[in-house]
Amino acid sequence: MRSVVLTKGVPDFSDGAVSFNEEGHLERGKTPTVMNPNDAFALEAALQTRVRHGGHVSGMSMGPPGYSAVLEEAMEAVYTDDSYLLSDRELAASDTWATAITLSAGIETYQEEIGDVDLLFAGFKTADGETGQTGPQTAWALDWPIVTHVIALDIDPDERLLRAKRLVEGDVDEIETVEAPLPCMVVTDPEFEPTYRKASHRLTHKRLREETQNRAAAHDRHLTTWDHEDLNLDPDYIGLDGSPTIVSSVDPIPKAPSEREATMVDPSDSEEMNEILGEFKPYAAATNGADGPNAAEGGD
Amino acid sequence: MTETNETDREHYEAVVVGCGPGGAAAASRLADHGIETLVLERGMDAGSKNVSGGLIYAEESAPYTIDDLFDGFREEASERPVTDYYIHNVAGNKVKSYDLTDLHEDDTDWCDAVLRRPMDSWLAERVHEKTSETGGGVLTNVRVNGLLRERGRITGVTCDELDPIEAEIIIAADGVNSELAREAGLMDWEDPNEWFQGVKAVVEMEPNVIDDRFDIDEDEGVAHLFSGDLFEDVRGGGFLYTNEESLSIGTVFHLDSLVEEQAEPHELLDALLTHPLLARWLGDEYDEREYSAKLVPDSKKVAHREPYQDRLVLVGDAAGQMQAQGPIIKGMNHAVTAGALAADAFAVTRGNADPAAAGRRYTQMLEDSGTMDKLRPRRYDLARTVGERDRVTDAVERVLDSRVGSLAIGNPIADRVLQRAYNSPFLVSMLPDTRTGYVTLPSIIGEEHGRTLHWESSVEPPSLDERIGDLTYDTDVGNPHIEVRDASFEASGAAVYACPVSAEDFGGGCYRSEEVKRNGTAETVVSLDTQPCVECGTCAVVADTEWEHPRGGKGVEFREG
Repeated sequence: MRSVVLTKGVPDFSDGAVSFNEEGHLERGKTPTVMNPNDAFALEAALQTRVRHGGHVSGMSMGPPGYSAVLEEAMEAVYTDDSYLLSDRELAASDTWATAITLSAGIETYQEEIGDVDLLFAGFKTADGETGQTGPQTAWALDWPIVTHVIALDIDPDERLLRAKRLVEGDVDEIETVEAPLPCMVVTDPEFEPTYRKASHRLTHKRLREETQNRAAAHDRHLTTWDHEDLNLDPDYIGLDGSPTIVSSVDPIPKAPSEREATMVDPSDSEEMNEILGEFKPYAAATNGADGPNAAEGGD
Repeated sequence: MTETNETDREHYEAVVVGCGPGGAAAASRLADHGIETLVLERGMDAGSKNVSGGLIYAEESAPYTIDDLFDGFREEASERPVTDYYIHNVAGNKVKSYDLTDLHEDDTDWCDAVLRRPMDSWLAERVHEKTSETGGGVLTNVRVNGLLRERGRITGVTCDELDPIEAEIIIAADGVNSELAREAGLMDWEDPNEWFQGVKAVVEMEPNVIDDRFDIDEDEGVAHLFSGDLFEDVRGGGFLYTNEESLSIGTVFHLDSLVEEQAEPHELLDALLTHPLLARWLGDEYDEREYSAKLVPDSKKVAHREPYQDRLVLVGDAAGQMQAQGPIIKGMNHAVTAGALAADAFAVTRGNADPAAAGRRYTQMLEDSGTMDKLRPRRYDLARTVGERDRVTDAVERVLDSRVGSLAIGNPIADRVLQRAYNSPFLVSMLPDTRTGYVTLPSIIGEEHGRTLHWESSVEPPSLDERIGDLTYDTDVGNPHIEVRDASFEASGAAVYACPVSAEDFGGGCYRSEEVKRNGTAETVVSLDTQPCVECGTCAVVADTEWEHPRGGKGVEFREG
């Protein structure tokens, strides 16, 4: 079983890390890059497949050379065997279409040079683009089946089939069970949870973790970088030139004015406490039930 | 997603439940014999659920010691060796100390203080290395919750986190509250009279301060025991051991006595911590790293003589193998011996069609190695019939309390005789479990022979609330592991006192009593919140509960142990 996991570096939007300028635009240079949070679920799904069925897992990303740190993070987190970074100035400013073309070329190159891929994993949407398009477009470019919103996964290597449970959200949430032939692309849902109910699986998991510690420490030795020539891509069809969609402007949504006010009161200051309790009085009476003085006014 | 059926069940030659010293010894020996061994540990790390006093002994007469099985144990996993050993007989502010080193050194190759978290996690790493080579290994965060049976016969284990696993031998080293021993009907937790309860504080202290205050070198350590009226009438005593960078200070009491006296274990511990005798050792700065508690089986009464059933064998606390040799308590060394013997027994009976062959052989080996006679001395069985009869006890007590008795114990010859008597392994193994040995005699010795201490203690131990607050928990929210079956005060009220993390008039503990008005009459009932639970098992004995361990990795996590 051979799997490739697609992962992406995104700005760290967590409090304290992210930086915005005065117009409310993201300051990319001042904001650190981290692995797209949703990719963690894809990586867990790849790891589960490897623990249960053995084989090889590779991480792949498209982005500037600094994204190798994201692939290293993937190696530490879920013990990928090696990393592939698709990196080239010509790839800058790709939209989802150009990205999908590039990623599919990455997979094709991988299949030519490394080996046939059975499963391609990706997370559900990136934290910066939020389009959810890149995965499906990549599957389309490869002409592979795709199963999205996967929350549980089982592989039958003999039949070359996968069985997956999909979370279908709507007026009523449903869980759909689907089958698909390999090779196949799998997009995990944030609800995906790996399960290891066999002792042998947990022992394998533990062994992989032990083996990975040395490998991740020397990540550069397990990293392959491919540019557009390695990928056999025409510069006119990638990067900015190959991107049919252009984000023309980004406008921050003004925050609704706050309707709450906070006042700090020292509980030992009886005068202030009395004042505050006085303010509460009309509300306390209103919720006091039918006998309260304001009961006749109703609850509206 | 895959449904498991009986045909694709996992199978290991040996499954060891629990990775304390008993489980580690068993797994290590199994691996030596080339037996495929899986070790299942419920803690998030081996040692995270374990507490001991704790001294580990290597007995000269034992067939196996921990350093036989694990190279480098003393250098890497234990704390200071015990080079001096004393008992202090306390009567108020008067203390008479005896040197117990002779008793301590009887049959002792070496003895080290240990902290269980660092010790057990060190052992588990070695065990994992060895068992991995057999195709197995150590898994943490897995709680074995029962026995797998086929046609009524034990064939494996069931777990919260894993599908059922079959095995040729199941070694239950799952501790004093062994759920497997109980499910098999080999042990019970009915009678408080069969148990001790220990509580302990690990107190931070710089190594050079320890050297200074105890007047020892950096490669030396001391053990101090305490008995007398320090704990009023509760039967039991206290201890203080030196670690590398901390002290282990604790108290151990007969559980039935705690229940009878309605004593609060944490207050008894505080009575020791704040006694003037400890003032010069503890100094002005008291920094408690961890509060913990544990039940201790009294092997004289409960060590199972045939600790097996089908393919299941019990080792260590699970089999009641905890020897109280007078004031000296030995448990871990016997668990190590038993674990290794159980493994050897399986190795020599491997392939035998009779599923109980290994268990029978193990029982024989416990006898032949003299282990069972240490755990259940025959002379104790003879002495207890006299010692524990109330009328005899009362008569002896009356004589001792009288002027004549005090004078007899108090004369200078008696002093020498007493020190010798304390140091006789033969005599202390016969000491009856009555007030006489624990309270009356030490108090008289303290009163008659002791010198008065004029030190003042400035130690202020943390409150129970603070102690609970300092512990680490991963609470299994919405899934309490203990349920009270009978909430009446008569059935379960003892837990309010005896539980080491509960106290009367304390709302933040496990057990509390409440007055409930029903149909016009007031009734006192007991309510339970398992969040602060330290998993000692006290309430399983003294209250009417449905008691299980939390799921793997959940519940309290000891950092010192």
